[in-house]
Amino acid sequence: MYGFEALTFNIHGGYLEAIVRGHRAGLLTTADYNNLCQCENLDDIKMHLSATKYGSYLQNEPSPLHTTTIVEKCTLKLVDDYKHMLCQATEPMSTFLEYIRYGHMIDNVVLIVTGTLHERDVQELIEKCHPLGMFDSIATLAVAQNMRELYRLVLVDTPLAPYFSECLTSEDLDDMNIEIMRNTLYKAYLEDFYKFCQKLGGATAEIMSDLLAFEADRRAVNITINSIGTELTREDRKKLYSNFGFLYPYGHEELAICEDIDQVRGVMEKYPPYQAIFSKMSYGESQMLDKAFYEEEVRRLCLAFEQQFHYAVFFAYMRLREQEIRNLMWISECVAQNQKSRIHDSVVYMF
Amino acid sequence: LSCIRGRVVFNSPIVFRSQALNNLSSYGERDKGNRSERERMSGMVDASSWGAALVRISPYTFSAIGIAISIGVSVLGAAWGIYITGSSLIGAAIEAPRITSKNLISVIFCEAVAIYGVIVAIILQTKLESVPSSKMYDAESLRAGYAIFASGIIVGFANLVCGLCVGIIGSSCALSDAQNSTLFVKILVIEIFGSALGLFGVIVGIIMSAQATWPTK
Repeated sequence: MYGFEALTFNIHGGYLEAIVRGHRAGLLTTADYNNLCQCENLDDIKMHLSATKYGSYLQNEPSPLHTTTIVEKCTLKLVDDYKHMLCQATEPMSTFLEYIRYGHMIDNVVLIVTGTLHERDVQELIEKCHPLGMFDSIATLAVAQNMRELYRLVLVDTPLAPYFSECLTSEDLDDMNIEIMRNTLYKAYLEDFYKFCQKLGGATAEIMSDLLAFEADRRAVNITINSIGTELTREDRKKLYSNFGFLYPYGHEELAICEDIDQVRGVMEKYPPYQAIFSKMSYGESQMLDKAFYEEEVRRLCLAFEQQFHYAVFFAYMRLREQEIRNLMWISECVAQNQKSRIHDSVVYMF
Repeated sequence: LSCIRGRVVFNSPIVFRSQALNNLSSYGERDKGNRSERERMSGMVDASSWGAALVRISPYTFSAIGIAISIGVSVLGAAWGIYITGSSLIGAAIEAPRITSKNLISVIFCEAVAIYGVIVAIILQTKLESVPSSKMYDAESLRAGYAIFASGIIVGFANLVCGLCVGIIGSSCALSDAQNSTLFVKILVIEIFGSALGLFGVIVGIIMSAQATWPTK
């Protein structure tokens, strides 16, 4: 019952919630980012990071460092935190935590399939996969020729199996179809996650609905903008939008017929939460849109921590860590390539 | 004639009610010795049969249940509060070990709630006295029994919600202290107000138990 979760949540979830809030306290603050932006080379970055929670992961790396090493080790910390929480969780929290991984699984599947299409080596691709999205038999994806084989050989045993029902065609895999497959899978995953959270009820349902609705709307806008000028028909585009969120259903109908960015802006400005995002950008500019969306997402994720006794803090922590790793990657790349003037273009500050 | 009527009467409560009314008018001055019982039953005759059944329950039953609730439900509240606080405290102390000793105060506040329950149970059980069976269903006996029962319920349930309140606040206190140590004292003030709820229950419970005077022999 909403409002009375405090009475029973701590039986199974109290310890893990306290742990995840402890992890949240270890996220990098604006002061840390300022220090990192002052660094001259990657060894300086390693020195600054050794004072944070990443210290134990980076200390054994020999110099010269590469940016990929930094990102890999930081991701390893995220994976360790996640696995520690997952092995301590009971139902339904363990199912909730598993759901957080499926997005990464979808990304990995698409990565391997695309890479195989472009004649890359399977081992090289597997090393690039996100560790949270790994599953057994992922290497077999390289063998599949079309989607039906993909499903039958590999994916039927994974948790992604129920998301494939809309995707099963015998068409060969090419770039366009793979993107459509990615978006269809992600749509099914978001809807499934949304239904699961609604079933949990209470504060979890309310906060996760807000976060997932924002995710769905953001993907709808990105799909629209990326498919302007491609062969994707309006009907196909509309099929890729999720069945929930602020923009459902009227915003989706308007977005489906958009042909350039200014029309998208016109649609989005009718919705007050998104009007603030679009008003930050001047006309004709779309490269700031990603950063504006990230900033809005981080703001909402931080708000999830304001309430106690719900599961959305786990989701929020994972997303905030991923954003932090993106920030670190950007900073490391700018420092390594000596382009420090562009550092502030893409770093999203959290606290 | 009255005996025959009496036997017929007790077969059905409805008949009992109307026939007893007739009995009253016809008996007049004759059975003075049973007057008190009949007077008492005449007052109850207007009540439903459930009301009549309730006053036939021994006041000692009510007292015993009251004492049991006083200690049992208080301990339930204290235990509930302690586990709510404890699980959050253990998890938060992994990343911030400095919070452990200060936040044990929350656990102590919850524990105090159980102690209140024990104290009131001990006080209540000293109020139990024997009365002769002729007086067991007197109004004054019933009053004593109900007073102990009410006192037990008051203390038990006040402590239940007090324990819950302090436990939930203690959990939030531990988590906030781990993030920002200046918050601890401020949240502790909230907890102190919460623990006053249990104290209110104890005070009223003890005042109620002073009403538990059994009829003298």
